[in-house]
Amino acid sequence: MSKYIFAVYNDEDVLMKNIKPLRSSGVRIKEVYSPFPVHGMDHLVGHKRTRISICAFIYGIIGCSLALIMTNYMMITDWPMDIGGKPNFAFYKNLPAFVPVIFESTIFCAAHGMVITFYLRSKTLPGVTAFVPDTRMTDDRFVMQVECNDDSKRAELTALLIKHGAEEVKDYGK
Amino acid sequence: MMYEAPIREPLILGDKTNHEITEDICRPIEGKANKYWWWCFIAAVAALLWWVLCVAITVGEGIGMWGINNIVDWGWDITNFVWWVGIGHAGTLISAVLLLFRQKWRLSINRSAEAMTIFAVICAASFLLTHIGRPWLPYWLLPLPNQFGSLWVNFNSPLVWDTFAVSTYFSVSLVFWYTGLIPDFAVVRDRAKTKANKFWYGLLAFGWTGSSKNWQRFEEVSLVLAGMSTPLVLSVHTIVSMDFATSILPGWHTTIFPPYFVAGAIFSGFAMVQTLLIITRKVLSLENYITTLHIDMMNRIILVTGSIVGIAYITEFFIAWYSGVEYESYCFINRATGYYWWAYASMMTCNVISPQLFWVKSLRTNITFTFILSIVVNIGMWFERFVIIVSSLHRAYLPSEWGTYHPSWVEVGIFIGSLGLFFTCFLLFARFFPVIAMSELKTITKSSSTQAKRAALEHGHSHVDHH
Repeated sequence: MSKYIFAVYNDEDVLMKNIKPLRSSGVRIKEVYSPFPVHGMDHLVGHKRTRISICAFIYGIIGCSLALIMTNYMMITDWPMDIGGKPNFAFYKNLPAFVPVIFESTIFCAAHGMVITFYLRSKTLPGVTAFVPDTRMTDDRFVMQVECNDDSKRAELTALLIKHGAEEVKDYGK
Repeated sequence: MMYEAPIREPLILGDKTNHEITEDICRPIEGKANKYWWWCFIAAVAALLWWVLCVAITVGEGIGMWGINNIVDWGWDITNFVWWVGIGHAGTLISAVLLLFRQKWRLSINRSAEAMTIFAVICAASFLLTHIGRPWLPYWLLPLPNQFGSLWVNFNSPLVWDTFAVSTYFSVSLVFWYTGLIPDFAVVRDRAKTKANKFWYGLLAFGWTGSSKNWQRFEEVSLVLAGMSTPLVLSVHTIVSMDFATSILPGWHTTIFPPYFVAGAIFSGFAMVQTLLIITRKVLSLENYITTLHIDMMNRIILVTGSIVGIAYITEFFIAWYSGVEYESYCFINRATGYYWWAYASMMTCNVISPQLFWVKSLRTNITFTFILSIVVNIGMWFERFVIIVSSLHRAYLPSEWGTYHPSWVEVGIFIGSLGLFFTCFLLFARFFPVIAMSELKTITKSSSTQAKRAALEHGHSHVDHH
């Protein structure tokens, strides 16, 4: 398992500006923690675009299909009702009346499916112990997680990070 | 990515740094509640207990305890249901529609507006449950075989659509709100001093870290949820309006209802947001975050939606005459001049005339005036639902269907009690939850705070992000 040190920045622009120069001097940046979403940070750290909206689309299709099957089975196949002389004998004729339920089911499945996927993939679940290298990282500091497997190079690496705008360099939670 | 003109008014006043934002918003949670909070809380809980009593009487004795009768069979119950659901709509509009339009002023108000949505829908649901008469059988509304035998719910019925719409709306609003809260719970967790706070906020924060990958997903989820909540919120009040519009009763059988109800919902919802936020900003000292600019913006929406509602009222009246249908004409003339004329007059005054005062900028930016007008609008919107429901029902086609309706003290009690339920929830929220989405608000300290604007004016250019 790799060992990490943490470079603390007090300005997101300074941190972002220094990611590329640090990378080109051979520093391996694993992740950046910030108190708020910083646009473009994910790209700089090297994350691929998230596919969570594709998941939402798929869940939506599932919700829509389930609602189509449900309305058709319950009102056309299993127990057709004759309401005001307008019988439920053909699905396509009754479809307009089913649109609200089909729409709501689509949204229901897409929204909840996406949020559950988000929680599971990001490991944000009740009872999970948070990874907090520095408690100020949810307040006003930006923390860069840097790989440092060789303790002998630590001083050199620290100096490099400080030179590239870091306020301090520290171990986890210290 | 965002360029903001230096002369545009800042959204965060008082030279706040990111750390000061954290301090200001966590202070009400970490400190002790002040005496205003306790007074409000005691009053709200007293009303809530009254609600418990009146609901218990309704459930124990039956719907006969209410003033509704065979002729006017929907009264305060459905009036209150529609009123509360309508109020809820502003929260979703602020968090979803304004997010899609990239309106940054939503950032200071979206959290409490969404909380308002959740609590308003809970109040609305309480009327749905009590008005069915046997609230221990609510699962009859779901697509289960009746008595687990062979009958299903009727998917042609707007009341079934309503079950689907309101439950989807409530649950999606809840996860939208909670997902936004997670990073802010993490803020409170990381600065917690007491063991209890560390434990509870740690639990609520779901182990959030704020890594760039998590933020990337978080933003995508927020955007997609906003995209889905926008048609959802429009569908909910559309479907509520179809509870009326798909019937054949004059006064209800109106094609204008869906857009008219949606505009009315946003109108009343923004009024309730104003009522709540004007008090909240004062009690929790958040004047630097919820500024006159925010209040002005919301008043503009009240003005627009109020005007749409006014046009809808007039159109409805015109069409009743123009259609040449005598039942329709009678219904509308009876609304304005009949037994319930005073309800109609209150509705017209509060909803059509009063919001027009917001054309005047000095009134729009006057906090006391806004507060009073927000309450006037809420009263007007309650009367709108009362007029639609009761005045249409009390004169149906046959003279044998003519009657009057007066609420009993139990019905009035449930309504007053529901305000208690709402304010109890909101006060607990303001005490224990971060009332402003600080993690999102911090994204604009570099572009829309007083210090950023000053720097931009001095250096002749504004801060621009790097992409």
